[in-house]
Amino acid sequence: MTVPGAWYLGLAAMLFTIGGVGLLIRRNVLIMFMCVELMLNAVNLTFVTFARMLNDIGGQVVVFFVLVVAAAEVVVGLAIIVSIFRRRTEATADDISLLKG
Amino acid sequence: MDWVVFVVAGAAVLAGALGVILASHPVHSALMLVLTLFGVAVLFVAQQAHFLAAVQVIVYAGAIVVLFLFVIMLLGVDRSENVTTEPLPGQRPIAYLAGLGVIVAIFLLTRTAWVSGAESVAGAADGPGSNVEKLATSLFTRYLLAFEMTSVLLVIAVVGAVVLARHSPSGGVRDAEES
Repeated sequence: MTVPGAWYLGLAAMLFTIGGVGLLIRRNVLIMFMCVELMLNAVNLTFVTFARMLNDIGGQVVVFFVLVVAAAEVVVGLAIIVSIFRRRTEATADDISLLKG
Repeated sequence: MDWVVFVVAGAAVLAGALGVILASHPVHSALMLVLTLFGVAVLFVAQQAHFLAAVQVIVYAGAIVVLFLFVIMLLGVDRSENVTTEPLPGQRPIAYLAGLGVIVAIFLLTRTAWVSGAESVAGAADGPGSNVEKLATSLFTRYLLAFEMTSVLLVIAVVGAVVLARHSPSGGVRDAEES
């Protein structure tokens, strides 16, 4: 017997929430970035589940595009992080406070 | 059998995700992220998305996590973060409450119907032929323009990464904050 799609969607919702909470509670920029990846994976799981439930290959095509965009996003985001924190020792988001009044 | 796969992979996914956000060491977080990505790949296989499972392992667990670890080592930030100090008072409790609110809202909103909409608009996912064939047929016919656009996006990302991560010889504006 197969697992109903609702279980996959519930798992994806929990994964998305964990990623969102992690994004809010962590201060290390790299770990915040990993939490964004967690949220992207939750959405990917949702798309694949809907592709199965609706018997539609389009959901899997969207996941393919999400993977490509996530790869590009990680490359550019890590380049930004490297250029910001090249001369620093700590990589916490609180250190970037030059615009603070 | 399906339930065993789902429960084991789901537990791995959630344990890895919790490990990512709770580990104080960035390297441990990256390794926990690998656990989550493998669990998601197993769940892809369980739902007949074989090509995406392979790509998930190759691109995410192979390339992206390695890139994360590379940057962690390059920046030398592989030391534990002090997770107890709170620069913004009350941020963490509010974050936990917001997360709880999101999960409750999702489950309440989906009480009635998880899925609605037309079936097999972009082609059937089951039937004869392998998953790779059907995905490729859809990708290179119906979604061809979007596929070409992703190649443009990748070129832009490569150029942007080179420009951003390059050492500027004069120091540039990046030194303004240091002085």
